[in-house]
Amino acid sequence: MTAVQQETTQGSNVTANLSTASAASRAARLMKRRSRIRFFEIVVWVAAIAAYFVLPSKMLILTEIAILALFAVSLDLVLGFAGIVSLGHAAFFGLGAYVAGLVALYYVAEPVVGLIVAGIAAGILGLLTSFLILRGSDLTRLMTTLGIGLMMAEVANQMAWLTGGADGLSGFSPGAILGLFEFDLFGKVGYLYCLAVLFIGTMIMRRIAFSPFGLSLKAIKGNAMRAGMIAVPARKRIVIVYTIAAVFAGMAGALLTQTTAFVSPDVLAFHRSADVLLVLVIGGTGYLYGGLFGAILFTLVKDWLSVITPQYWMFYIGLLLVILVLIGRDRLARWVEYLPERFSKKEDGPQKESRP
Amino acid sequence: MSDIVLETRNLKRRFGAFLATNDVSLKVERGARHALIGPNGAGKTTLINLLTGVLPPSEGQVFLEGEDITSLASFRRVKRGLTRTFQINQLFNDFTPLETVALAIAEREGVGHNLWKSIAGYGKVVDEAAELLSRFGLASVMGERTVILPYGKQRLLEIALAFASKPRVLLLDEPAAGVPEDERHEVLSIVSDLPADVTVLLIEHDMDLVFSFANRISVLVAGALFTEGTVAEISADPRVKAVYLGENA
Repeated sequence: MTAVQQETTQGSNVTANLSTASAASRAARLMKRRSRIRFFEIVVWVAAIAAYFVLPSKMLILTEIAILALFAVSLDLVLGFAGIVSLGHAAFFGLGAYVAGLVALYYVAEPVVGLIVAGIAAGILGLLTSFLILRGSDLTRLMTTLGIGLMMAEVANQMAWLTGGADGLSGFSPGAILGLFEFDLFGKVGYLYCLAVLFIGTMIMRRIAFSPFGLSLKAIKGNAMRAGMIAVPARKRIVIVYTIAAVFAGMAGALLTQTTAFVSPDVLAFHRSADVLLVLVIGGTGYLYGGLFGAILFTLVKDWLSVITPQYWMFYIGLLLVILVLIGRDRLARWVEYLPERFSKKEDGPQKESRP
Repeated sequence: MSDIVLETRNLKRRFGAFLATNDVSLKVERGARHALIGPNGAGKTTLINLLTGVLPPSEGQVFLEGEDITSLASFRRVKRGLTRTFQINQLFNDFTPLETVALAIAEREGVGHNLWKSIAGYGKVVDEAAELLSRFGLASVMGERTVILPYGKQRLLEIALAFASKPRVLLLDEPAAGVPEDERHEVLSIVSDLPADVTVLLIEHDMDLVFSFANRISVLVAGALFTEGTVAEISADPRVKAVYLGENA
């Protein structure tokens, strides 16, 4: 080898090492960027708190939105991440609602205890039923989850001695939150309570979303065969995420019980499972905030329609659904992609980065 | 005694009345560069699917390092060091190459189940992913969505992804398919650079690549093992020429 050749080889080695080092630092930067808090997220939470001050007469509908949002975000964790479709997510919501009611009626009036117990109960149901959704296609999963939802509704109806049957469960009133904050007549404390639970729940699920676990869920959804070929244990992961989602759905149900001091058999109704799916269709799946945006839009549209056409509002909800699906689920799921990009551009200008 | 890493015994797979894999008993030695050739429809990909657990066999067994893995799920085989690439890219379209490779490394390192720590917090995983992507010439596109990458880059990612699992037995299903001609040898040279104790089973149509890469060749015809031998034996075998090489000649 001549000296010149040697020089060139060494030179190219140095560049190669340099480019590997710069690739590593770029990789680290890209990975950190994935999970950074985006501008639109801050806007959402600031707006939610601002609503408390700006719309004092709208506490009830805001509370309804916060509860539906938590319910929807929990469904997004299984649908948008693991790709598991469900038409029976209300089973967990309803169980949580009843458990929170029973805890308040027989044990403690303090709501946070009821919230946690309801979450645990729903989580156990989620764990048990998760094994039923491991096999089969989307269609079999829809039918299985639908069946579980219907069974839960019938069980609640038949166990009237415990659940009050068709009359619902009442006769309890939630105590002060953590013994400090009493619920007020206007629902102001109720809203802040629900918002706090929604915020904490969303932040926990957000953390899960950006973990290796969350990434592996998306891999299962994206290409289950390849996920297996990079050693992702899909069944185990699905069992875990389904259980976690059930916990938060149960907590959403508990919030409804605690803010209304009543459990109606309606908490387990089929339409609740369908509504929450619709919320995600509206808001988009796979980035958690779809549940929030969808809940806001769905609740406002429903409210508005039921005022102008109290008897036929379901027709327009149906029409809206048809239009949404015709526009295309993909386009819908991505509409928000344009938001964070436009509002929060940082470093690495030309490198467009994909959403989580 | 030879050291057999991967073995099948009387492996059969039916699709209805069609016998796609017909009584295949194959032995692959540790560290071999073993090629699997055969005309289109000979059942090469089906055999790989049976080896990796993508398909269950109708009859017969698969052994990895002497252990019966016939009923193990794919992910468990990968954990035991057996992985593959796909003839048609099987990637995660919405992932970036960085996310794709980092996930595979995280799973290999056993941290894939962690649901509390951000993947950015695993510095070693991210560094290794960057290094691997650089090696495959993918560093410049590591932050793009996979689906928008040119086909050749996706092909490289397909192979890089199998490398990320650090397999001890690597099955390559036509790795050079769709890779521009002048880059094919480059792809195979990365494969050749694997440590000597890593076993490679290669399906390939490009005979130049097969003859330059492999030290042992098995010929599959109509789902059955037709013959097996060294490169010299196979290339000199007139029957192989007739069933296979004849087509291309």
